[in-house]
Amino acid sequence: MNGELGWKVGGEQGEGIDSTGEIFAWTLHRLGYYAFAYRHFMSRVKGGHTNYKIRITDRAVGHHGDDLHILVAFDQETVNVNWNELVDGGIVVADGTSGKIQPPPGSAHFCSIPLTGLAKEAGSAIMKNMVAVGVTAAIVGLTPEDFLSVIEDRFKKKGQAVVDSNLSAVRIGYDYYNQHFSHHLQLPARPAAVPSNHLYISGNEATALGALAAGCRVLAAYPITPATEIMYWLVKYLPEYGGVVVQAEDEIAAVNMALGANYAGTRAMTSTSGPGFSLMMETLGLAGISETPLVIVDVQRSGPSTGLPTKTEQSDLYEALYGSHGEIPRIVLTPTTVEECFRYAVEAFNLAEIYQCPVILASDLYMGMSKGSIDSLETSKVQITRGKLVTQSDLEGVSRGEFKRYEVNEDGISPRAIPGQRGGRFIAIGNEHDEFGSEMEDQAMRVLQMDKRARKLSAFHELSGVTVDGPEDAQITLVGFGSTRGVIDEARAVLMQQGIRVAHVQVSVVAPFPADLIRPYIAGAETVLVVEVNSRGQLADLLRLKLGYHDRIASCLKYDGDPLLVKDIVKRVEEVISVGSIN
Amino acid sequence: MAVLTDFKGEKPTWCPGCGDFGVLNALQRTAVELGLDPEDMVVVSGIGCSGKLSAYFGSYGLHTIHGRTLPTAQGVKLANRELTVLAAGGDGDGFGIGMGHFIHAMRRNIDITYLVMDNHIYGLTTGQTSPTSDTGFVTKTAPKGAVEFPVHPLSLALSAGCGFVAQGFSGDIPQLSAILKRAIRHRGFSFVNIFSPCVTFNKQNTYEFYKSNIVKVEDDAGYDSTNAALAMAKLEQSQSVVTGVLYEHDRPTYEDSVPNFLKTGLATAQHVLTESDFDRLLAQFQ
Ligand SMILES: Cc1ncc(C[n+]2csc(CCOP(=O)(O)OP(=O)(O)O)c2C)c(N)n1
Ligand code: SF4
Ligand SMILES: [Mg+2]
Repeated sequence: MNGELGWKVGGEQGEGIDSTGEIFAWTLHRLGYYAFAYRHFMSRVKGGHTNYKIRITDRAVGHHGDDLHILVAFDQETVNVNWNELVDGGIVVADGTSGKIQPPPGSAHFCSIPLTGLAKEAGSAIMKNMVAVGVTAAIVGLTPEDFLSVIEDRFKKKGQAVVDSNLSAVRIGYDYYNQHFSHHLQLPARPAAVPSNHLYISGNEATALGALAAGCRVLAAYPITPATEIMYWLVKYLPEYGGVVVQAEDEIAAVNMALGANYAGTRAMTSTSGPGFSLMMETLGLAGISETPLVIVDVQRSGPSTGLPTKTEQSDLYEALYGSHGEIPRIVLTPTTVEECFRYAVEAFNLAEIYQCPVILASDLYMGMSKGSIDSLETSKVQITRGKLVTQSDLEGVSRGEFKRYEVNEDGISPRAIPGQRGGRFIAIGNEHDEFGSEMEDQAMRVLQMDKRARKLSAFHELSGVTVDGPEDAQITLVGFGSTRGVIDEARAVLMQQGIRVAHVQVSVVAPFPADLIRPYIAGAETVLVVEVNSRGQLADLLRLKLGYHDRIASCLKYDGDPLLVKDIVKRVEEVISVGSIN
Repeated sequence: MAVLTDFKGEKPTWCPGCGDFGVLNALQRTAVELGLDPEDMVVVSGIGCSGKLSAYFGSYGLHTIHGRTLPTAQGVKLANRELTVLAAGGDGDGFGIGMGHFIHAMRRNIDITYLVMDNHIYGLTTGQTSPTSDTGFVTKTAPKGAVEFPVHPLSLALSAGCGFVAQGFSGDIPQLSAILKRAIRHRGFSFVNIFSPCVTFNKQNTYEFYKSNIVKVEDDAGYDSTNAALAMAKLEQSQSVVTGVLYEHDRPTYEDSVPNFLKTGLATAQHVLTESDFDRLLAQFQ
């Protein structure tokens, strides 16, 4: 079974599909496996197909996997939509209570089980999910007791009786399957070397934790899928550290609150998705020219406009790079793993203060809302660096009106004071200004200030911004950014097995663009295939702009709302190679 | 203790006679009289002639973008609640592009003071209709006269639950300064609308107009500024051409109401997580 098992539960939204998936995934995680969960859902509260896919592996992965071994279906649509992912010998568990679910075509074993009916026997129809969990346990050789710790965590607040009835629902499903069916599938071998406290965590959670660790104490945000979970997490934990989550009236308010707080010396951020990010553009410019640190998290989703609001996409790259009028320095980070969501969230705050400019941390729905098992987060490496923020003693002897907040100097980064400090008084300003922050239109000073700001990032060195695997003289170099690292990595492995020499470059900092590190893998490769979840090839455009080599660069694009699969990339590589040239 | 010159910033470039001079003078007087330190004050201003206030007043300042003074100022206050935070802007800034923030800032009740220099016109952009322009008022963008009904900022503030609602006139600095003193002292969001004539582009809402039409709440012996219904009636009777503190009522501030919000300035505290913090935080993912 290749060291993995794919399991999916599906039904109508509002039926508890998510909690079924969560209980199964958490249990496997706690048993010492690696679980990766991807949620497919629609922009409505009740009704509409939703499913929860879990991939269980013997190693950490960043992808939900192409294959499906077990499909638990609460309705016909789940079967219709998902059966084609099933491998040969896969199993469909269908709720046979009303007898309406028809088997799919193909070779899967079809097990019709009265999930809802059995749940009623256990006490309540809503426990059909737990019955389904029990059936799954029987198929893969777990015991009902394996689920106890997770069930207790979830339900003990509601009392022991609720814990007991949920566990008994699991047992009923377990027993029913074993009495009526005999197909079994194996879990992967339990990995030997899992850290005892490995983590099951989403990109959004890791981002929020990173912000807290960085000393962010104000989050101003407006709810939007898929970024709201960052609000949820911080609204729970910021108050424990004296901080606050403000639900702003809109994203314009949110970003300006964050800017105001940063100006006054408290690390603050806003989190949003595409539509909200668009509303923040003017303030991005203000942060740039007033040299105020600012952190914006954009958990991208499918656009334009409301687009497919519950589906993933990487289509805000142009906006993150070029959005807002005028020209400003900016840093755009695109974390490629959950670990990087944490680390880059911390770094985003450091970089915003070191370079005194906006930092955009762009993840996406796939990264933000998928949960996966990881070995650890680098919490002991967290360091807070505040750049040229002055202390009161630095200001000793500076008299009123002498503090050059916008001093034109070699590295382009000027000393920064915060309100309350004596001698540091200045006006942070969106108008062009002199070295003291006074509005002016002097041409020479305008040019000096523009050049000073533009110069800031030339010494950027804190993050390399790329990971590379494979040879410089590859037949084909796959390039991606952000959340696609896992899937590209797996595609590379498949292609290598086919005897193709493949390199993989994954970009985690798109601005300032790490051109020198990437160039050899573009220059030396026969073909460069840029893999991204958008329709225009935005990263490919950036490569052409920064590196040239237009004749070598082809695209593998996906923008139908579903995340990339390994086979999407493999197929595109085969196409590109068989044509012999790119088109 | 700071003196008047300590609150002087850059030399103003307003047109001679502009009402905004009066606002600046009154604010400087108020700061001295309250014994404030210029370096513990932040003036957040918008875009407009009025928005230049942050540069001309001598304190820390943040000259932000058009219409976003209030969210920015609220962010400053949350970052360091020990600062005295003022937001200042024009009628276009606050009641046009920034109107949404105005209502929400009043609901939220963060302890800042908001000064609107209301000249019933867009000054900096040389004379277009403003949300407070009277119906029929002729401007470059309404050559036949404005057709919309004007915004009534004070009535709006009362209905939005604002705990301090006042109006001043930049031609009456002693009264304005007295109002500002109470406004800054008030705990919670305070709103002071100020008739601040634009001598260049508004020939209707002039000093003379205000001098001959303003009624002052102080002159009404029976006026009770804790009664919102009276305040509404007063605005109604005077067609809003009234000055003084119309309404004051203490409500818990946002800072005091959100759970566990740090009692001292966040900006001056250390925010480092310890190993045991991480152990505790990571437990939920295990
Ligand atoms: C987003 C945006 N839109 C438009 C403008 C142009 N603009 C600058 S000031 C202003 C209006 C100023 O009127 P008001 O707020 O009443 O201030 P005043 O000059 O009268 O004091 C406008 C429309 C701008 N700076 N930003
Ligand atoms: S244009 Fe009007 S508001 Fe602006 S400075 Fe001149 S008088 Fe004052
Ligand atoms: Mg105006």
